[in-house]
Amino acid sequence: MTRDTVAALATAPGTGGIAVVRISGPQAYAVAAQVFAPADKARKVEEAKGYTAMYGRFLWRGRPQDETVALFFRAPKSYTGEDVVELSCHGGAAVTKALLEACIEAGAVPAPPGEFTKRAFLSGRISLTQAEAVMDLISASSRSGAAAAQAALSGALYQKIKPVTVQLTALAGHIAAYIDYPEEGVPGLEEGVLLDTLCRARETLRALIEGYDKGAMLRMGVETAIVGSPNVGKSTLFNLLAGFDRAIVTPIAGTTRDVVEQAVQVGGLELLLADTAGLRETADTVEAEGIRRSYGCFEKAQLVVAVFDGSQPLEEAGRALCESCRGRRALAVVNKTDLERRLKAEELAGYFTDVIELSARDEDAADKLEKAVAGVLQLTGAEPGGAMLANARQLSAAVKAAGALDDALEAERQGFDLDAVGVCIDDALNALYELTGESASDAVIEEVFSKFCVGK
Amino acid sequence: MKNKLGDFDVVVIGAGHAGIEAAAAAAKLGSHTALFTLTLDGVGNLPCNPSIGGTAKGHLVREIDALGGIMGLAADATFLQSRMLNRSKGPAVHSLRVQTDRRRYHDYMKRTLERIPGLELKQAEITSVYIEDGKVRGVYTKLHAFYSCRAVVVATGTYLGGRIFVGDASYASGPDGHHAALELAESLKQAGVEMRRFKTGTPARVNRRSIDFSRLPVQKGDEEIVPFSFLTPGEGLENKVVCHVAYTNENTHRVIRENLHRSPLYGGMIEGIGPRYCPSIEDKVVRFADKERHQLFIEPCGEDTDEMYLQGMSSSLPEDVQDAMYRTIEGLGQLEIMRPAYAIEYDCADPLQLAPTLEFKKIEGLFGAGQFNGTSGYEEAAAQGLVAGVNAARRVQGLEGVTLPRSGSYTGTLIDDLVTKGVTDPYRMMTSRSEYRLFLRQDNADERLTPLGREIGLVTDERWERFLQNREIRQSERERLEKTLLKPAQVKALLESRGTGVPDASVTAASLLKRPQIFYADVAGLIGPRPEVTPLLAQSIETEIKYEGYLARQQRQIKEVRRAESMRIPDGFDYAPLKNLRLEAREKLARVQPKNLGQAARIPGVSPSDISMLAVELAARRGREEQA
Repeated sequence: MTRDTVAALATAPGTGGIAVVRISGPQAYAVAAQVFAPADKARKVEEAKGYTAMYGRFLWRGRPQDETVALFFRAPKSYTGEDVVELSCHGGAAVTKALLEACIEAGAVPAPPGEFTKRAFLSGRISLTQAEAVMDLISASSRSGAAAAQAALSGALYQKIKPVTVQLTALAGHIAAYIDYPEEGVPGLEEGVLLDTLCRARETLRALIEGYDKGAMLRMGVETAIVGSPNVGKSTLFNLLAGFDRAIVTPIAGTTRDVVEQAVQVGGLELLLADTAGLRETADTVEAEGIRRSYGCFEKAQLVVAVFDGSQPLEEAGRALCESCRGRRALAVVNKTDLERRLKAEELAGYFTDVIELSARDEDAADKLEKAVAGVLQLTGAEPGGAMLANARQLSAAVKAAGALDDALEAERQGFDLDAVGVCIDDALNALYELTGESASDAVIEEVFSKFCVGK
Repeated sequence: MKNKLGDFDVVVIGAGHAGIEAAAAAAKLGSHTALFTLTLDGVGNLPCNPSIGGTAKGHLVREIDALGGIMGLAADATFLQSRMLNRSKGPAVHSLRVQTDRRRYHDYMKRTLERIPGLELKQAEITSVYIEDGKVRGVYTKLHAFYSCRAVVVATGTYLGGRIFVGDASYASGPDGHHAALELAESLKQAGVEMRRFKTGTPARVNRRSIDFSRLPVQKGDEEIVPFSFLTPGEGLENKVVCHVAYTNENTHRVIRENLHRSPLYGGMIEGIGPRYCPSIEDKVVRFADKERHQLFIEPCGEDTDEMYLQGMSSSLPEDVQDAMYRTIEGLGQLEIMRPAYAIEYDCADPLQLAPTLEFKKIEGLFGAGQFNGTSGYEEAAAQGLVAGVNAARRVQGLEGVTLPRSGSYTGTLIDDLVTKGVTDPYRMMTSRSEYRLFLRQDNADERLTPLGREIGLVTDERWERFLQNREIRQSERERLEKTLLKPAQVKALLESRGTGVPDASVTAASLLKRPQIFYADVAGLIGPRPEVTPLLAQSIETEIKYEGYLARQQRQIKEVRRAESMRIPDGFDYAPLKNLRLEAREKLARVQPKNLGQAARIPGVSPSDISMLAVELAARRGREEQA
C-alpha cells in the first residue's frame, strides 16, 4: 500500500454548475502545478499557502482550458490530512473529465471510491462512526470493482495494452535469464533489438495515451473546432450549439479575436467546442494572434465544423479550407441559406465527411446541426465507451509505464548497464500488471523458465 | 523422562548449510545449542555442485558474512577457483562464485563448529520433536535418548524422507550414501505441520583420468580475486584449478529420447515437484527439443581427488543409459562414472506456515530452514539458517524476533517470498526477484547488514572495527571525489579516449564518475590513488555515485513500502468477522497472518481495496482500544 497522490471528482458527476476535482497526497502541489496556470503569472502553485485560492485556467496537454479556481490546503489542515488542491471549474462532464485526465497525465492516480474519506479517517480527521460508512463504501467498490475490472479487461484499451505487456515481459524475461544464468549460453540482447522493443512499446503506449480520446472521445468529449472565413456565422452556430450566447456575435468581421471554448451536449455526446477567429489576412495584431490560435485549434481538433456563407461564392480562402479538411473528420455547414445562394453544397462534397445546408435563423437549425454532427462522428467510427474509472486506471497505468520506458531508453542511451535498464522495464511492467492484479516478477520468472533452457 | 541425556536451549536438526549457520548463530548468541547430524562425516557436505555463490547466491553469501555468519569465510578458506560473474552487465548484478574443495569445506565447517563455545556437535538421528501445549519441549533420537530444549530448528535438507531414484530402482536414502531420516516427518505431521514432497537431482561424478581434455575449452578463474568475506584480506588469493566446457550433441539427445520411458520422472514414479530452474538433461532435451546442444561444465570436486562434477547433466535415467549418454559427448568417450546421477525426493513443509522469523506460527519454538522450507541451494539454506538460529536463540531468551525487510537484503526478499507468496517448486534466488536490486548489491552488503548483525550480537569486535574503518574510507573517499576539481585540460585525453564530451569548465571527480564510460580507476589515476580503497570499496563508491539517480528512486520506493510495513497487524488477528473483505482475501490473510500492511499487500489474491479496507479496520480498532 503506497501513498500515491490521488485525484477524483469531488462533486456529484453529471452536468452541474460547478465541478470540483480534488487532488490529495504528497505530490498534490506538483500535480496541480502541471495542470493549473494562474492568471497572475507571478504566482506559483508550489508556493501557495494553505487556505488560499488562485484564479486561472486549467491546462490540458499544455493548452489552457476552462476557467478554474484553485483552492489550496496544506497537510495536516485539509479534509484528508494530506496536501490537497481542489480545482473548481464549470461543471460540464467533458470539462471535468478533461481536467481529471490532465491530473492523471501529470502523475496522479484515479482515486477509488471512498479514498478521500479513508485517508481522512487514517489521518485522524474524521470519527469512528464515519469510518464504518467508509468501509461499506470501499467494500461495495471492491465487489463491483471485480466486475468492473473484468469488463475493463475485455475493453479496447486493455486489448491494446496487452501486447505491450507481453513484449515487455518477453524482454524482461530475456534480460533476467541473461543476467541470472551468465554461463548457460543465453544469447545477449542486441542493443538494436532492445532499443527497438522499448521504442515500439513506448510508442504504442504514447499513441494509446494520445489516442485515448479517439476511442474514448465520447466519454471525454470531442475537441471540435468551428472554423471558416470571417463573418460566415461561426459564432452564431457556436451559440446555437451551446444553447446560450457565449460568443459575441456582431455583423462586423473579426469580432471573435480569440478562441472561445465551451463544452456542449450534442445528441448525447460531449463536444469541447471552440469558436475561432475568422481566417483572413489582417493587419490588426490582436486579430492576427487570434487567427494564429485558430489555426492551432484547427490543426488539433478531432472534429472540424467548417462554416461557409451560402450567399458568397467559394473564394481562395474557402478553397484552401476545403483542401485542408480533406481526409479529416469534418462537417461542412453552408449557412445563410435564407439569402440568395451563390454557393452550392455539391462544390464542397468530396472534401468533407458530410455537408449540410441551413440558416442559423431557422427554428430547427440547432436540431439539424446536432444530427449532422452526430452523423459525422458515427460515420468516422467514434464509439461510445465504457466506465470512466476503469479507463482512467488504464490510462494511469499507461502513463506510468510510458514514463518508466522513457527512463529505460534514457539509461540505455546514456550507456548504463543492463541492470539499470532492467529495473526501469520492471517499473513499466509493474504499472501494466497492476491492471490485472498479477505480479510482474512472477510473470518474468515464468518467462525465463519457459523460454530459456537454463539451470544446472 | 527416561534416558534424558541433556538439556539444551536450542536444538538444530541437520548439519548442512542451514543447520551450520543456525547452530553457530544460536550458540554465539549465548544459547546452549546442540547440532544433530546423521553422520559427522556429512557436516557441511556439498552433495551437488562443488561451488559456492553465483548470481544472487553470491549476494546471499556476502549478506550472511555481513551478519556474522560462516559461509563466506569457509568459501574463502577452501576455494579452488574464483570468478566474478556478470562483470559486463552492471554493478548490481556482479556475482561472485567459487569452486570449492568439497572435502576441505567439510573439514573447515566441522572444525569451526567444534570450536564454538556453547555448541555441541552430535551424531544422532532425531526421530521426533516433543511438543506440549503448542510449545517445543525436546527431541528424541533413534537410540531413544531425550534431549530437552525450548527451540528446534529443522534443517533436514533432502534427508527427510529422502528417496533416491535411478531408472526403475529406488530406495530410501540421503545423498552420498548417507541414510535418510524416515521417522521425523511423521512426528511433525502429527504436530500439525503440513508437509509436501519436492524433488531435485544431481549429475554423475566421474574420474578425471577418463576424460580427454585436449579438445575441451578451458574456463579459468579471475586474475584479480575478490574474497567473499569482508574479513578476508584480498592479497595472496589464487586459483588452483581450471574447469572445462563440453557440449551434448544429437547423439546424446537420441540416447536420451530413446530411453525416456525408463526415466522414473517420465514413468510417473516420482511424485515430488522438481525445480524449474534445475532441470535434468532429459527435461532439457524434451522441453527444448529444437536446441542442438546443451552446455556442461566439468568441475573438480577437490585438489586431492580425481572426482569431477558434470554441471548441467543431472539425470535419473538408469545407469546403463547414463554411461551411453555421457559417452556420446566429445572428450568423454571413455568416461568412468564413479557415482551415478540420481533424482532425490524428500519431505518439506509448506512455508506459508512460517512467520518471517521462520518460526511456525502455530508451534512456539519450532523453526524451519533450508530445503525443509521449500528452497534449493546451499546459499539460500545458509541465509535462512542464520535467521532461524538467531530467532531460536531470541525465542529462548524471551526477545522479540528479528525480521529482515525485503527492501534491505536478498535474505529478507527470500524469506518474504517464502512466507508471503509460498512456493510451488523448490525456490532459487535470482536477482530478478528483488525489485530493489540496484540497492541490494554484493558490494554494500556490509553497509546494509553489519549494523543489524552488531545489534543482534553476531558481529565480533574485529568485524565491527573493520566495518567502521571501511565506512570511514567510503565516506572520506566520496567527499574527496566530490570536492576535487579537475580542469578540462586534465581530463581531456581520458574523456576523448572514451568517446565522451569534454567539459568547458572545471568539474568534480565525482561528476566524471557519473558517466557510464568512466571508472573509479580512471579517476583515481587523475587525482591520485588511495591504497586503503580496496577493489570492493572502489566498486561500491563508484556505483553509489554512478547510480545516484536510480538509487534515490529505489530509496523513495523503499520509504513508501516501509511506511506500510510500519502499520502492524496484531498476532492472531481474526479476519473472519470482516465481512466487507472478499472471502478469498479473508482466507488468504488468515492463512499467511501477515505481520503488517506491507506484507499483507504482497499476498497474491489480496487486492488494493482489501488493503484499504483492512487499513481502516485496523485504525478503527486502535481507536476503539484507545477509547476503552
